[in-house]
Amino acid sequence: MLTVSLQHALPAFALDVRFEAPPGVTVLFGRSGTGKTTVIQAVAGLLRPDQGRVTLDGDVLCDTRQRQWLPPHKRRMGYVFQEGRLFPHLTVRQNLAFGQWFAPRDAKQESLDRVVELLGIGPLLLRRPGLLSGGEKQRVAIGRALLSAPRMILADEPLSALDEARKAEILPYFERLRDEIGIPMLYVSHSAAEVARLATTVVVLQNGKVQRQGTAAEVLGDPAVMPAGVRAAGALLQARVARHHSDGLTELDAGGVPLFLPQIAKAPGSVVRIRISAHEVILSRQRPEGLSALNILPGTVEHLRTGGGPGAMVSLTTPAGRVLARVTRRSAHALGLEPGAECHAIVKTVSIAPEDIGGG
Amino acid sequence: MSAEAAWLGPEEWQAVKLSLRVSLWATLAALPLAVLTAYALARWQFHGKQILNSLVHLPLILPPVVTGYILLMVFGTKGPIGGALQQIGIVFAFRWTGAALAAAIMAFPLMVRAIRLSVEAVDPRLEQAAATLGASRIMCFATVTLPMILPGLIAGTVLGFAKAMGEFGATITFVSSIPGQTQTLPSAIYTFLQVPGGETAALRLTLVSIGIALTALLLSELLARRAADRAGGR
Repeated sequence: MLTVSLQHALPAFALDVRFEAPPGVTVLFGRSGTGKTTVIQAVAGLLRPDQGRVTLDGDVLCDTRQRQWLPPHKRRMGYVFQEGRLFPHLTVRQNLAFGQWFAPRDAKQESLDRVVELLGIGPLLLRRPGLLSGGEKQRVAIGRALLSAPRMILADEPLSALDEARKAEILPYFERLRDEIGIPMLYVSHSAAEVARLATTVVVLQNGKVQRQGTAAEVLGDPAVMPAGVRAAGALLQARVARHHSDGLTELDAGGVPLFLPQIAKAPGSVVRIRISAHEVILSRQRPEGLSALNILPGTVEHLRTGGGPGAMVSLTTPAGRVLARVTRRSAHALGLEPGAECHAIVKTVSIAPEDIGGG
Repeated sequence: MSAEAAWLGPEEWQAVKLSLRVSLWATLAALPLAVLTAYALARWQFHGKQILNSLVHLPLILPPVVTGYILLMVFGTKGPIGGALQQIGIVFAFRWTGAALAAAIMAFPLMVRAIRLSVEAVDPRLEQAAATLGASRIMCFATVTLPMILPGLIAGTVLGFAKAMGEFGATITFVSSIPGQTQTLPSAIYTFLQVPGGETAALRLTLVSIGIALTALLLSELLARRAADRAGGR
């Protein structure tokens, strides 16, 4: 387990964070400029905090009070940078092997073959980084970090330099790191979709402070926590793949409620996470009839949050889990939505984007 | 005896060989220190950085005769450093080693400038990446920085070699122009021009100078291009 406690003066504000990252994927979530990168750099040893203490599984990496400082090359943190940072003078294979040269002999090593296969980079091995696409570079960067026999993977917005299609291409590889390699990860992101797909634990940063820490479902389902703005709010549901239909849909079972999604490449029985954006949800008091939308979740209003604007955030408890719906205050009033009221959440199948569907 | 030796008179041939030896040693000896200085100036923040920078550049802006005279005062047998070194058997004054020292000091600023520019062109974030992969500072330098600055390093070395080959003022002031001892190509040309009938010998040496300079330049172009291709990721 990683424990972090840091104080550091930044130009715009003072960073003061304290959190623990249990095994699994911990996502540092927040808008840009909230100190996320400073935190991950301090964990890697690339930045000396004004004050702080960082430990990993009981080993002290940095303790300013006791004047302890482990230089970055002795920390064995596999860092995946935003821009890849592959060595331009080395081939892909040499880049991958770079960390292996320096890994301690007795460290648990992933084999080059396994990592190459896991990331699908076999055809790239003899090329130089200058000729790779952004997505390919990032896959090689993940492999390079993994092959240095790290105790933990640090990823600093590894997808933010990529376009949407490349993001969707890389995200599954981080899921495989989590599920198949099982290496602990600290992952910086400002994207709710990435949190929804990857996070075991979420630490929400705002203006250099920890605003909230919890599981992905807890944090994303809490309308008060919206680092990426109200438009990015959405709930996280867990569901099991029931069957694939011949018309291109996949049927899920979410707590007994059937959900239909565009076909996903998961075997029946496997568990997936789906993020449902609050602004894609329609509410209805009666169970609607003759509607084109396929997904209707019966539920009860848990609470209703309104701000100064015309919108209201309705939080529903359904058999599938908590669902958030963003409606107008006018509709909320007209429908009489108040805590305890029964209503139905309607979600169009096609409104669930592929990047919002991930492995359990 | 080679054709060249027959074509050149013994004294001329001696000057060519001496110049090559002096320049080679000057460049090789100055190179590691030039790389370290260039790296420090490009990457590190420390007190006295401006002073170091000025000191390095001093031989470039001082009249060479002044540099030679300072060398004579400091490294002469009666000088503070020269006297001490003499105790352990190292003598610079009026020896070829003194010519090499003068050449090295004159070439140093040019080497540092070329190498410093190429160090500054290396993204320090690549060195950070190497550190997170387990490379210590020295290994970072050897495996990432050094290969990437190789084109600049080659250019700086050739520039330094050319400067050393051509050095005249500081050399003749510090170690004079003793045939076979300290008479390098430029001082030999100068000496031949002082005696009647020496023009043809001076012309031959001039052609040799041009030949050596062109060869060095072509060789460095070739090496630098190959290194740049590698460093550029092609």
